[in-house]
Amino acid sequence: MNLAPLVALVGNPNAGKSALFNALTGARQKVGNYPGVTVERHSGRLALDDGRPVELVDLPGTYSLDPSSADERVTRDVVTGQGGYERTPDALVVVIDAANLDNHLRFALQLIALGRPTVIALNMIDLAERDGLTLDPAVLARELGVPVVPTVAVRRRGLDELRAALTGLIGTAATPPAPEEEIAVLQKRARALSRAAVVSETPGRRWGAALDAVALHPLFGPVILLALLFVMFQAVFAWSEAPIGWIEAGFAALETFVTTLIPDGFIQSLLTQGLIAGVGAVIVFLPQILILFLFILVLEASGYMVRAAFLMDRMMARVGLSGRAFIPLLSSFACAVPGIMATRSIEDEKDRLTTILIAPLMTCSARLPVYTIIIGAFIPNRLLGGWVGLQGLVLFGLYVLGILGAFVAALVLRRTVTKGASSGFMMEMPKYQWPQPRDVLIGLWTRVEIFLKRAGTTIALTTIVLWALLSYPTPPAGSPVSQVDYSVAGRIANGVEVIVRPIGFNRDIALALIPAMAAREVAVAAIGTVYAIDDTEGESGQRSMVDKLRHRWSLPTALAFLMWFVFAPQCISTIAVTRRETNGWKWPAFMVGYLFAAAYIAAGITYWASVALGL
Amino acid sequence: MATTFDSLATFPRQTRATVATIDWAALQAPEARRLREFGFEEGVGVEVLHRSFLGSGPIACRVGRMTVAIRRTVAAAIQVSRG
Repeated sequence: MNLAPLVALVGNPNAGKSALFNALTGARQKVGNYPGVTVERHSGRLALDDGRPVELVDLPGTYSLDPSSADERVTRDVVTGQGGYERTPDALVVVIDAANLDNHLRFALQLIALGRPTVIALNMIDLAERDGLTLDPAVLARELGVPVVPTVAVRRRGLDELRAALTGLIGTAATPPAPEEEIAVLQKRARALSRAAVVSETPGRRWGAALDAVALHPLFGPVILLALLFVMFQAVFAWSEAPIGWIEAGFAALETFVTTLIPDGFIQSLLTQGLIAGVGAVIVFLPQILILFLFILVLEASGYMVRAAFLMDRMMARVGLSGRAFIPLLSSFACAVPGIMATRSIEDEKDRLTTILIAPLMTCSARLPVYTIIIGAFIPNRLLGGWVGLQGLVLFGLYVLGILGAFVAALVLRRTVTKGASSGFMMEMPKYQWPQPRDVLIGLWTRVEIFLKRAGTTIALTTIVLWALLSYPTPPAGSPVSQVDYSVAGRIANGVEVIVRPIGFNRDIALALIPAMAAREVAVAAIGTVYAIDDTEGESGQRSMVDKLRHRWSLPTALAFLMWFVFAPQCISTIAVTRRETNGWKWPAFMVGYLFAAAYIAAGITYWASVALGL
Repeated sequence: MATTFDSLATFPRQTRATVATIDWAALQAPEARRLREFGFEEGVGVEVLHRSFLGSGPIACRVGRMTVAIRRTVAAAIQVSRG
């Protein structure tokens, strides 16, 4: 069988390759406004005008074919056919930012010199025009000797012309590559070309510069960054109340419906106490997780991420990292798995390894349910000074603790196991852009799918297994031993409790910790199931769970539990992605070990300190 | 009279400048390469836009048509003249 021709999208970071890829193939690859959004090769299908299929690959952005990080290496390998990518592309689509020809044309020249059939997508032409630049694509096409197509990927402009140009190119023979030239020589030619292609240039509105004057201000900049994070965590609580209420009402109605439909017994118990109590306890947190993602997606799409990296560089340098590492770490607030993948754009290997090892300390969204339920039960819902919610403040504090923990861990790691020269910080600062509502919605929807899938598979399965282990065997009639204590899971938990009793954990926590390894949210589901089984009044939902927690847990125990999850031994997906990114079991094993130890010690200190304080 | 140049690390903000010399030998190889890829070379127009945290931390500067963040140690290797 003949393989479809291979076409690669190449270009500088932030030229809009992934946006163009999505527009051409209908894919939903993540797009964002900072260098390093795409860290691996993505492939999709595209039909040419004459019906021939083409395999289009989207590649990480890079400044040249001389890679300095893992993601850039992928681009070099695919384009030049090395490192397991034996099939060299049959044609290249070189994506360049119309507003930055001086720089992007240099890499374009290097790519054209490869002799492969090439078309240039002169992307974001609308933004260049907004900046007051008028370009002549025909001049560029003549000087470069390849077709040049003006495009606006996010508005789907120029796609037909680009497809037509590709149709003409596929099947034409490659010419032998021209000898490589020095960067400086190419750069001079690029500048000359840029001058020739610019028809007119009027200074446009410099609102980006005005924005940066505030966002990067030595004093206001850090204050704004902190305020943004603070508002984000306040919003997680403040905006989610109503939708959480609807979801709870939905699950309560479902439970009533199941109870009336199915007679008392095994099936009813499995459905209500097992599935609905467990999965429902987790799904309730979807609104909060989406609010968090909304903030992160908007930050990523606006171009603010690199500004945050800039502001954080000095602090990161103190612990032996660079501002660059801040971007994957901030993404890890959503989930550590994409955060760890994003470290591929970090040049220095030791830097990258350190960032991977501390990424799980960034409070991921899966920890939100655990934090929320404990905070909801033990921290009064009060406003401080009239506008700051105390619960949101405590949540913010937990995030800050995670960040501080990560800094301390980085400091220690960089002086011990990941010792090495400190790396530099050099990053392009992209222009600010309004987030595309479509991209943000796709990002949120992807999250909903992932979350519901997890709730429906991992979480549901763990909950059912746990329910079964908690429900059997049943104690003989009249036995003073409770159902939970008599069950298989209860007996295991009573064994584990011996280890965790010194740090103030009770049997219920011991029981929740093991399944929480599958997914952290399961800790909540597990406790939900325990209380549903132990409960005789038949009340359920988050409200009643909060009441039960208040009765059964002391405040020091609750605080210790929160602290445990700040350092929480991570979920299995994080361990798996760490194994993949570090090529072995050594580092994931180390990571699990140090995080377990840190969690145990931190929870213990918290417990005993609060007991001593008489809380 | 020999011309003296200023280091980009300490050059006043929002003042147009031209790169006079770059001490490539003072930079690590990956840093030098990335600097070239950003378009830094003798004769190029640059402008310091922002400095973080009074005194230390990285600087943001315009080079050609783009804005880049570099550390002060790297900026110190770049000598510029006004205008």
